[in-house]
Amino acid sequence: MYRNLSVRQKHIVWAWGFLVIPIVFYVVIRFYPTANAMVISFQDWNLLGNRVWTGWTNYEKLWNDPVFWKVFQNTFAYLLIGTPVSLVVSFAIAFHLDKLRFMHGFLRMLYFLPFMTSAVAMAWVWRWFYQPVPIGLFNNFLSSLGIPQIEFLRSTTLALSAILAPAVWAGLGFQVIIFMAGLRAIPRSYYEAARIDGVSGWTILWQITIPLLKPTIVFIVVFSSIGFLRIFDHVFNMTTGDPGGPLNSTKPLVLMIYQTAFTDFNMGYAAAQTVVLFLILLVVSLLQLRILRDR
Amino acid sequence: MFDRQIRTAALGAMASTFMFAGAAKAEVEIEYWQYFFEARVNAMEQLIENFEAANPDIKVKMTHFPYADYRTKVAAAIPAGEGPDVVQLFYGWLNDYVAADLIQPLPNDAFPPSMIEEEFFPMVGAMRAGDNFWALPTAVRSLALFYNTRLFDEAGIEEPPETLDELIDIAKKLTKTDSAGNITQVGITAGMTAQDHHWFREVLVRQFGGEPYLDDYKTVNYNSEAGVKAAEFYLGLANEHKVTAFGFMDEPQAAFKAGRAGMHIDGSFRIGALNNTRGLTWSVTELPANADGLQSNYSSYWVNAITTKAEGEKHDAAVKFMQYVTSNEAMQIWLDVVGELPAKPSVGLTEANANDEVFGPFIRGLAYANTTKFANESAQRQILIDMVQRIDLEGQSTVDSIAVAAEAEQELLDDYYK
Repeated sequence: MYRNLSVRQKHIVWAWGFLVIPIVFYVVIRFYPTANAMVISFQDWNLLGNRVWTGWTNYEKLWNDPVFWKVFQNTFAYLLIGTPVSLVVSFAIAFHLDKLRFMHGFLRMLYFLPFMTSAVAMAWVWRWFYQPVPIGLFNNFLSSLGIPQIEFLRSTTLALSAILAPAVWAGLGFQVIIFMAGLRAIPRSYYEAARIDGVSGWTILWQITIPLLKPTIVFIVVFSSIGFLRIFDHVFNMTTGDPGGPLNSTKPLVLMIYQTAFTDFNMGYAAAQTVVLFLILLVVSLLQLRILRDR
Repeated sequence: MFDRQIRTAALGAMASTFMFAGAAKAEVEIEYWQYFFEARVNAMEQLIENFEAANPDIKVKMTHFPYADYRTKVAAAIPAGEGPDVVQLFYGWLNDYVAADLIQPLPNDAFPPSMIEEEFFPMVGAMRAGDNFWALPTAVRSLALFYNTRLFDEAGIEEPPETLDELIDIAKKLTKTDSAGNITQVGITAGMTAQDHHWFREVLVRQFGGEPYLDDYKTVNYNSEAGVKAAEFYLGLANEHKVTAFGFMDEPQAAFKAGRAGMHIDGSFRIGALNNTRGLTWSVTELPANADGLQSNYSSYWVNAITTKAEGEKHDAAVKFMQYVTSNEAMQIWLDVVGELPAKPSVGLTEANANDEVFGPFIRGLAYANTTKFANESAQRQILIDMVQRIDLEGQSTVDSIAVAAEAEQELLDDYYK
């Protein structure tokens, strides 16, 4: 049968032959579970018993759940603080590191190292840094100066920033590398022309460097936004025992989903939360692409 | 080792027809699942070895998982016809397992209910539904007050506290602060994240004159004067008497283990972990009574049950295995290896065990212990964690905070029992 096909048809057969593996993979590992999660979000299921159809009940419950709104707020706090801070800091580092020749490679390695470290290990080390005396590094320092200790993680106001700090730091190395690649890609001749015209360094930065870095910035913003919207490892490991921090002050949506599914075994409700997270990620990513797109 | 047994058996079968009759009986393999906790796994290995020696035609294969995955794996495996024939579960999960058809009742001829009710501690009665028992424990656990004897000697304290007032006095002597006013050694550890939520529910609320739950744990009842007093006492340890700090050294048991805490309330399962700590000398005593001498305790247990997957000869083998792991011999092994207390008074309350310096206080505590029937232990614990934090971090009044907690827990219970 294959013998009777035209050359063009044979090409198509081969193309599909190769595509079949990734397609099957995506359908079985990605699309089927995603669709299934959407179905479960309309059901009541505790993993053990039968699935019972409940309509919009899970979504109604979510809408009326004060914890969900708190968590929703936290998730956006991670996004709205984390993304700009990490963007500015990583750009500042990349901008200056790019000009530096002395120990350039070593410094770059130092910035990149946290990105390669396991988030779990790092979260635990920071968790101990933040402890009260006698074991917390920061508080031991404060107390040696006679300053009363600060309850970093056991505070409803400070805990979120305390957890965000190592998360930003961990992602910094990656963003610095991307920024440096972006900076290297800007033709030197633009800078030379600007300098001949006697333009100030500040103007060069705003008129040449940043506009030409726009694709890099778009990539980093989208990438790190998704990362902060999905933040989990740092929060989970720094607050085990009381997951999500005191009175849910640090709980992101992903942690709420995890708890609903795997400590409360309320799969339907967890699936509804997942659908909401999916929609948030979709909207945020589309918005960012639209706003930051070249006009 | 088993290969060799089979080979020997096969050789014997060939050698004589008499042997043939014995070896022809096919070997049955049953599977046993539990979550991973080193001492429990070691103890179970020892039990399996003894059981297999006594029943050469049965082989038991043990599989264990990290606690975090355990429930999910069991729930996924059994309906698929995979997984264990005998499974370990927390007493609070029984309703879910029965409703989901994961386990089957224990046969009455091998486990007569009247005998079980007579022989086991009364709390095991919760494992009965209708005419049958569905699951049985090997061991039970209770709470007691651990204390650091080196710190007691250092502070010149002779005897551990017997009442709540003595507890505060002694804790004051054991507390140390640095020049900035921060606590560097606590008199007693505190944290609802550890065992304190049990201490609050089943011990303090009762000692201040209340009853934490009514209606077989379906109605929350600590939103009362007793509940408020109990919470005031508990928070007072940190805020009024300043003998403890919440979150001190991250976890209460870590502070005690590091020798930075004079006293610590914990379960019998902690014994094994503390035994091998260098530089820590400790002892243990019963939980302090209230001024009228009222004592209370919290006990809980893990049980084993036969799953619906076990049928035919596997079922018979599973029954035999269950009989062995709930036998007196198994209970004594479990006590010696894990430190968890025998589920039968006849084994636990022997002269030697009840007067044991370490196990004694826990075993004596069982006599007046209560077992909370949890619908969702971690969620119910979270409610009490939040109750303390609303007062401690947000300055809510104790009365209001208790009311909010009681309402949230009642909602959770109503949802579960609806």
